[in-house]
Amino acid sequence: MSSSPPTAAVGFEYAPAPESRAIVDLRASYGLFINGEFVDGQGPSFKSISPATEEVLAEVSAADAADVDTAVRAARRAYNGTWSRLAPAERGKYLFRIARIIQERSRELAVLESLDNGKPIRESRDVDVPLMAAHFFYYAGWADKLAYAGYGPDPKPLGVAAQVIPWNFPLLMLAWKIAPALAAGNTVVLKPAETTPLTALLFAEVCQQADLPPGVVNIINGAGNTGRALVEHPDIDKIAFTGSTEVGRQIAISAAGTRKKLTLELGGKAANIIFDDAPIDQAVEGIVNGIFFNQGHVCCAGSRLLVQESVAEEVNSSLRRRLKTLRVGDPLDKNTDVGAINSAEQLARIRELSAIGEEEGAVRWSPPCDLPDRGFWFPPTIFTEVSPAHRIARDEIFGPVLSVLTFRTPDEAVAKANNTPYGLSAGIWSDKGSRILAIASRLRAGVVWANTFNRFDPSSPFGGYKESGYGREGGRHGLAAYLAGVEEE
Amino acid sequence: MSSRLDVRKTYKLYIGGKFPRSESGRSYVVTDTKGEFLANASRASRKDARDAVVAARGAFSGWSGATAYNRGQVLYRVAEVMEGRAEQFATEVSAGEGLRLTQARGVVAAAIDRWVWYAGWTDKLSQVVGGTNPVAGPYFDFSIPEPTGVVAILAPQDSSLLGLVSVLAPALAGGNVVVAVSSKRRPLPAITLAEAFATSDVPGGVVNLLTGGAAEIGPWLAEHADVNAIDLTGTVGGSDGAEGADAELARDLEAKAAGTLKRVRRPSVGSPDWAAEPGLSRMTAFLETKTVWHPIGV
Repeated sequence: MSSSPPTAAVGFEYAPAPESRAIVDLRASYGLFINGEFVDGQGPSFKSISPATEEVLAEVSAADAADVDTAVRAARRAYNGTWSRLAPAERGKYLFRIARIIQERSRELAVLESLDNGKPIRESRDVDVPLMAAHFFYYAGWADKLAYAGYGPDPKPLGVAAQVIPWNFPLLMLAWKIAPALAAGNTVVLKPAETTPLTALLFAEVCQQADLPPGVVNIINGAGNTGRALVEHPDIDKIAFTGSTEVGRQIAISAAGTRKKLTLELGGKAANIIFDDAPIDQAVEGIVNGIFFNQGHVCCAGSRLLVQESVAEEVNSSLRRRLKTLRVGDPLDKNTDVGAINSAEQLARIRELSAIGEEEGAVRWSPPCDLPDRGFWFPPTIFTEVSPAHRIARDEIFGPVLSVLTFRTPDEAVAKANNTPYGLSAGIWSDKGSRILAIASRLRAGVVWANTFNRFDPSSPFGGYKESGYGREGGRHGLAAYLAGVEEE
Repeated sequence: MSSRLDVRKTYKLYIGGKFPRSESGRSYVVTDTKGEFLANASRASRKDARDAVVAARGAFSGWSGATAYNRGQVLYRVAEVMEGRAEQFATEVSAGEGLRLTQARGVVAAAIDRWVWYAGWTDKLSQVVGGTNPVAGPYFDFSIPEPTGVVAILAPQDSSLLGLVSVLAPALAGGNVVVAVSSKRRPLPAITLAEAFATSDVPGGVVNLLTGGAAEIGPWLAEHADVNAIDLTGTVGGSDGAEGADAELARDLEAKAAGTLKRVRRPSVGSPDWAAEPGLSRMTAFLETKTVWHPIGV
């Protein structure tokens, strides 16, 4: 696939610089990974396509309820038979091994991730996969140090964890789920999103290469029905879900009255606050990274820009100038900044909310941008003159769409930032340290980036306030989700 | 035999630092374990619960924004004031729980000591459960605990004072504000405790105490969009219903709470030992972890 550079307005021409996809050995069909083996699912099969070209990458069979049950049983057997009996140091060594294999096969993982997801290779290569390896490396070290984690002298695993992850960071979310679960001594059944099943199956190969005991990691594919069958299975002890707030609510309802432990990482509508003393050029880079990173398919995206009135014009014009240099196109091109929207369904939602933005009176702007004919594409978009009541200021768009609001005083900035049922992340840009600390403490959000945005690290706890969910992933805090007795006396 | 007529106490609700009757005008009879009349208690309604949430929300920024040292002193002050009224608490606990007065005095002493224990936690929690994160890059990154917000607490049905203090104090120590529903059949110590709050520098609205039924008021609190968390401890032993009614109430409230993704503390498996040292879990249940990143550079 070739996409013409959209940036003629600025006058830079780039030769195509595609990353070779030869490193990926795509099979025609894929199934499930249960008890250490690849098996066919008994549910209906579905196609995984490249969102950049709509090319069918592979056929994938879905797990039906019986397959889910088989996977849970395999995980239970592995939990009882091997994993919970293994010396913790040995458990850790498996995870170290996995981390190393991920590093060795990093390019292959990155290319397949970009193919299946549509994200730029620059991001999958430099962010997703290195962070994935780092997560396994980090939690590997915890496996034999749990007694020092602050959860009692002899913390125990929960058992079998059901894990359901989204399509925006398939490998990274897999790592966030599997690494701490295994380090704490649990076994897992993980369901990737139905639009991005392929890299999880490549990870299954990594588990085989690491000689991970069968059943410790099981991967099942399918859509919502498969996910529901998994989280409602009576023999799981833990549910970890990352995805939409709506589905999170349904899962929380289904877990009510059970002893299943539940952690949820859900939607967001983060405020990115620019004060008038902020270094504007840096802030503009942070704004761009905040909302256009990964096509804005980021739960913690800085989707609501709050700019102090006195610098609003300057920020707006710098931002527009910067957007004109963003290169939208082939995810495998090393110069691409913004890749493809993950699915037709998501594209429709972004279009719908953007249309509502215009109807409600906000002013829409995108840089001149030639989008490829095939595939799912949406140009980087800015809405100005947005009021806090507009849908585009309240609803999570989950796309490359920024809503710009203004404020006059710090109090107003905080009030507007917190005026949302979500509370996942926020950004602050200011040169004044005391102001940053004061505002950070008043924002009701789980992650606050000051003079930066969208930074992640395995040692750094991540998760939301309010309707962005509960529980933390990353760091010492991330272990609590996978240890027994943390909630009890 | 004295010829002087006793001045009886009227037990009302505690909302926003004031002692209103239920807006519903309802009350119910509270008896001792032998069925003898003790007092009429206000039977709180949905409207009372909503008023209490408004009061609590109004008090949140002040209480959560107070220094940890200050919160510790205020909670310690609750212990001081309780100590001076220990005999009154002991009488109420004895009558309500059917304990001998000497046993009841022991329970009151434990309840007072529990405030002291939690008072000492306020300015240590952050260091124990927070910290800096050694990220792989030029950033200073730290995580600190912050209060979840408005916490609805269905207090234990059995342990009307020590149990109540054991669920209130940890939420307050972390900087949360509370709307609590007392034990239904043993509500009197809760209101006397409210009198201790009212005279011990706890700002109005920080703790709100309702007397009445967890099964009646619980659903409104579980559904309320401005309540951030709910503690279901009091669903056990209080529904006065058939077999399994407690579990059904807990399940129903947890499902309702899921509507706004409240943090839910499920009832304990088995009967909690309120006399044991509590541990951190009742504090951490109502804390959020906030992580802040800042670049390092010259």
